Amino acid sequence: MSGRRLACAGLIVGGRLHGVSAILEPGGITAICGPNGAGKSTLLQCLAGVLAPDAGGVLLDGAPLPSGRARARRVGYLPQTGEIAWDISVAALVGLGRLPHRDRGEAQIAAALAACDLAHLADRPVFSLSGGERARALLARVLAGAPEWILADEPLAALDLGHQVALLERLRAAADRGAGVVLVLHDLALAMNHADRVLVLDQGGLVVEGTPEEALSEETIRTVWEVRACWLGEPGGRALATG
Amino acid sequence: MTRPVPFFTLLLILAVPLSLLAGRVWLDPWETPNAVVILAELRLPRALLAVAVGAGLGAAGAAMQGYLRNPLADPGLFGVAPGAALGAVASFWFGYAASAWLLPLFALAGAGGAMALLALIAGRSAGIALFTLAGMMIASLAGALTSLAISLAPNAFAMSEIVTWLMGALTDRGWAEVQLAAPLTLAGIVLLRLAGPELDALTLGEAAARSLGVSPARLQALLILGVGLTVGSGVAVAGIVGFVGLIVPHLVRPLTDRRPSSLIVPSALAGALLVLVADCVCRVLPLVTELRLGIALSLIGAPFFLWLLLRMRREALL
Repeated sequence: MSGRRLACAGLIVGGRLHGVSAILEPGGITAICGPNGAGKSTLLQCLAGVLAPDAGGVLLDGAPLPSGRARARRVGYLPQTGEIAWDISVAALVGLGRLPHRDRGEAQIAAALAACDLAHLADRPVFSLSGGERARALLARVLAGAPEWILADEPLAALDLGHQVALLERLRAAADRGAGVVLVLHDLALAMNHADRVLVLDQGGLVVEGTPEEALSEETIRTVWEVRACWLGEPGGRALATG
Repeated sequence: MTRPVPFFTLLLILAVPLSLLAGRVWLDPWETPNAVVILAELRLPRALLAVAVGAGLGAAGAAMQGYLRNPLADPGLFGVAPGAALGAVASFWFGYAASAWLLPLFALAGAGGAMALLALIAGRSAGIALFTLAGMMIASLAGALTSLAISLAPNAFAMSEIVTWLMGALTDRGWAEVQLAAPLTLAGIVLLRLAGPELDALTLGEAAARSLGVSPARLQALLILGVGLTVGSGVAVAGIVGFVGLIVPHLVRPLTDRRPSSLIVPSALAGALLVLVADCVCRVLPLVTELRLGIALSLIGAPFFLWLLLRMRREALL
């Protein structure tokens, strides 16, 4: 799992993105933050290749993003909806991550189940899982594909604090192995404490990009979210106080 | 979870020979006069045709439900069956239906027209919603044109022929129909099975499926061809046979791991079994005229559908 640089240039998607350009480096966690309607999910969909922009393009390792299974083997995408249509088993759900590889990938599926603490639930029907277990199963599906890039839209939203931290640790482990991890996050404290880079979007444009301290400054939060807030605590364990 | 393919294969192997004996006159191969002729020229092609029609409808229903991610989906939604029916009605209207080959060919042309129109409207990058709506509109248009053809039928005999044919039946069919329907149905089932992995990916929604490398255009093409061949050839030789594509995947799903791909072949086998048994019931029932297959299956299917809706409502309330 060794990631290559993912970049976008001048992405325009009618009414949602207005010329976003960014370079994302593998081997770390990049958070995309912004208020509702900022274009975060749209940017992630373009980066994942599931939404074709009206203008601009996405480059993976300097070349246009491949299509079809060639792209799917390198870029894993977890949508926000968490949709599961049929009551398949957890193992079958995670196994869908191997579709682009056209193999059974039993070792990768077992590893993904273990990484998401789901091995004991492998034979359970997904409709019998709790919301948090289901979110972990969906992430395990992405991990089973062993992609170079993991793009996840709000993967932590349905999780309790313990599972949020555990999942972030798993994503950090994937990043440490060389994968690129891009997360859309609403929780700015999670972005501040766990991301290596942060992109802040507002009204379809990129406002600021940098380290969490640079990108999520109190000034930026006041300007973009229109909230007066201040960071408390030490780096790595910061909390956001509002009011 | 049982192993549905061997299970339904075994049932079919048992049911086909038994079905050959069933009829208004039960056949004793050793006693009945001309038993060999009756078996070879009447009952065997009819049984094989039931197997082909049922298999096609079952597989198409499973694929449609997987594609639309909806257990209430039915192959009729694509407009292929009404298109084929319109083609067949046209052959009656213009007086070509007397030929053994022309009626099915007209029906296949109608199915092909519906498929082409669907592909044209859906375009290259159509979403599932547009695709489904296009199919429903084609079905509605073909249905309206069929009604128009009936109301403007050149004579009462043609009108009666059309209405009777539309009810669906396997009466008086022979090897010509088997030769037409069996290869087309088999090809359609193969295409639908090829779409299996893509249908599995759709379990996670359209965006996730695309991220897994699914090409919506390729999937739609496979489905249009697969459903067109299975349903189109079924309607061409048997008329409108409803509810098989809706009921069968429901009955089979609990026996599988519930992935759409693992439902297609078992649904084909179970659909074959259902139509074979229903056709036997039609033959055996002591009515003045033989009960039409389409009516028999609708009589079974409609209550089943209502039961399904009630169960879904109860689950939604829980």
